[in-house]
Amino acid sequence: MVNLRAKYIFAGAAFAAAATLAPTAFAQWQPTKPVTFVIPAGTGGGADQMARMIQGIAAKYNLTSQPIVVVNKAGGAGAEGFLDVKQSNGDPHKIIITLSNLFTTPLATGVPFNWKDMTPVAMLALDQFVLWVNAETPYKTPKDYLDAVKAGGPNKFKMGGTGSKQEDQIITVAIEKLTGAKFTYIPYKGGGDVAVQLVGKHVDSTVNNPIEAVAQWRAGSLRPLCVLDSKRMPYKEKMTSDMSWNDIPTCKETGFDVEYLMLRGIFMSPGVQQQHVDYYVGVFKKVMETPEWKDFMEKGAFNTTFMTGKEYSDWVANAEKAHLELMKEAGFLAKTN
Amino acid sequence: MEEIQALFHGFAVVLQPFNLVLMVIGIVLGVIIGVLPGLGGANGVAILLPLTFSMPPTSAIIMLSCIYWGALFGGAITSILFNIPGEPWSVATTFDGHPMAQKGQAGEALTGAFTSSFVGALVAVVLITFLAPLVARFALRFGPPEFFAVQFLTFCSFIGMGRGSPFKTMASMMLGFAMAAVGLDTVTGTLRMTFGWSELLRGFDFLIAVIGLFGIGEILLTMEEGLAFKGMSAKLNLKVVLQTWRQLPAYWLTSLRASTIGCWMGITPGGATPASFMSYGIAKRFSKNGDKFGTGELEGVIAPETAAHAAGTSALLPMLTLGIPGSPTAAVLLGGLLIWGLQPGPLLFIEQKEFVWGLIASMYLGNIVGLIIVLTCVPFFAAILRVPFSIIAPIILVICAVGAYTVHNAMLDIWLMVLFGVIGYVFKKLDYPLPPMVLALVLGDMAESSFRQSMLSSQGSLSIFWSNPLVATIFGLGLILLFWPLISWIMQLAKRRAVVSSGS
Repeated sequence: MVNLRAKYIFAGAAFAAAATLAPTAFAQWQPTKPVTFVIPAGTGGGADQMARMIQGIAAKYNLTSQPIVVVNKAGGAGAEGFLDVKQSNGDPHKIIITLSNLFTTPLATGVPFNWKDMTPVAMLALDQFVLWVNAETPYKTPKDYLDAVKAGGPNKFKMGGTGSKQEDQIITVAIEKLTGAKFTYIPYKGGGDVAVQLVGKHVDSTVNNPIEAVAQWRAGSLRPLCVLDSKRMPYKEKMTSDMSWNDIPTCKETGFDVEYLMLRGIFMSPGVQQQHVDYYVGVFKKVMETPEWKDFMEKGAFNTTFMTGKEYSDWVANAEKAHLELMKEAGFLAKTN
Repeated sequence: MEEIQALFHGFAVVLQPFNLVLMVIGIVLGVIIGVLPGLGGANGVAILLPLTFSMPPTSAIIMLSCIYWGALFGGAITSILFNIPGEPWSVATTFDGHPMAQKGQAGEALTGAFTSSFVGALVAVVLITFLAPLVARFALRFGPPEFFAVQFLTFCSFIGMGRGSPFKTMASMMLGFAMAAVGLDTVTGTLRMTFGWSELLRGFDFLIAVIGLFGIGEILLTMEEGLAFKGMSAKLNLKVVLQTWRQLPAYWLTSLRASTIGCWMGITPGGATPASFMSYGIAKRFSKNGDKFGTGELEGVIAPETAAHAAGTSALLPMLTLGIPGSPTAAVLLGGLLIWGLQPGPLLFIEQKEFVWGLIASMYLGNIVGLIIVLTCVPFFAAILRVPFSIIAPIILVICAVGAYTVHNAMLDIWLMVLFGVIGYVFKKLDYPLPPMVLALVLGDMAESSFRQSMLSSQGSLSIFWSNPLVATIFGLGLILLFWPLISWIMQLAKRRAVVSSGS
């Protein structure tokens, strides 16, 4: 732990030195054929956008000696992609980006894979979740809204979300457990659909990621009530006439303590050597230095936590435990487990 | 007239030489992508997306959207020549396009398909130019019950399709529904009918089924019937284009209906594939020559192609104004917007005028350029049919196999394709209709999830399907189409009675 911290301080404080050292450090191993970048989700979604962003940045700045080829393997809520990486033992030319389905898919479907079947590389960012309502409704705070939900009686209010037994529904159940409100959860295919369903008042609230709902927010159709994180988002640029991401209170501040962050991290094939992992960590560090990446992080109001090594695998192990607990309580576990 | 001014500014942007070159490159690539089955427009655009990073966003979207137009055009080529739909939205084109080619009218069918594609696109672009904000608001009224009503309408408009036994039609459709249900169920988040076999996780892909049922099935049939293509006598000059154009105005009503269906399905967003099926079904129902559909009617090519292109084009509208993609390709373009630092949504039209109007102008120009390119190639495409079967059949098989593999990068899909080929052959021999199965496979999944979403939000009450005028109207239309044979019979009876009574 101490060692890792020291490394970060070194990298941060003496960036120039690190940059000159970097080539010698990476000279040990280079990919010898194109790198397959698996996306365990469909084209156009959040993970897909991020992976293609990385592919584009790497190509533009010539960060990899071999091209990166992006492949979508979305079948079975992403199980197809994870199984593919799990089965390519020792192949250093295959990486995968994760979303929460790393935890939720094996738990909900019983498909046999686990993050331990792959090699953790790095956490790129964490995606935030915000509780949204239609701007034409009278609810200004989470309390207003949740009181209305409770007063309306069970199942009268509809929560829209992406997929079933995945992050959006887990968050919904967590909110229900904590506040006693009871929603009807309606699963849709993608986050963009969900935001538009809220604008059209086909659902009463959503827990969209910032990037999925920002356009409708700026157009004055949606209202954010609170962000499901322990601290506010840092971005202070005004998104609407009077609000920035930073002006959205945390749910904890407003009286109900639900937190959820979605992992946007990288794993690679099992059984690879440390030098392979180091190579990709180096590439991703360079990707993060680019203005395009920083701009992308700000647009999507991401939590830009970066982790590697033991720190990262500890985080993932904790997140897995948390998901197991949340899903067990919600009754989402597959019968075979 | 603010729009016209903005549009001309857009033309100025598009007509820069750099952008024009990108446009032609995009169209040509798109046609190639459209011709190759499996490598759909969405895949093609996704693969090229990172290459556009160093371009200005307007140039990038011009190139990528031109790939999309090209793919829309190109999908028709193999459908007509070889009965292999290059794209899902060209499946309905095979129903009459391929019989036309077998009759030696490949040139006419291609010209009809390309021209009506263009007409559909043009109607949709005009709609986008002048009615964008208005239309976008209409799309917001579509929730799960409305979507289900639209899908119901598609099925109803198609149900009388089979000439043969209604039981065979039912069997074929139910088999399609069963296959659509394999894989992950989005409503409960659990796996269905995979029997613990992880290869089945992704379910049966519509594209693979179509490549097998139509493409491989057709090759098997041709082998049985004597190892030669019918329709080698296709005319090989550009005169055929002009001759076909002379016939087209007679079908103005079909085109109008198809454009309306297409625009509506693109915006709502139902997508190009259901639009083409619905349009074909309705054209067959209301055409004077409805009985001859399926034997090589030009009208049966015009209807689905016009609707598919109108839907494909208008699908970009909800993407730009609302940030919801009306088609898988639009979804990838949407990701592109975000990567280029543009935020799709209601403010895009205000904040990024140059980009939006550049794109709209490129829709006009791109479709004109595309039409010219594909029309000049008609004799060339038709000439492919003169290549001996023993040379071209293995090539088609290889292309089909590559296409099936590309969909998911999975070997199993190639075996599935072969299996579907055998099913297609057996179905034809036993006179079971294929279209109902394909339709159920492509729409079954969507219809099921909209139905269950509706049931969730109404707490299980079916009354949600007549809870507002919009959904009630669509449902009513569906029911009318479903019982159309009965209704027309009653109407005829009433008429005859009126004649009899006035006569006496």
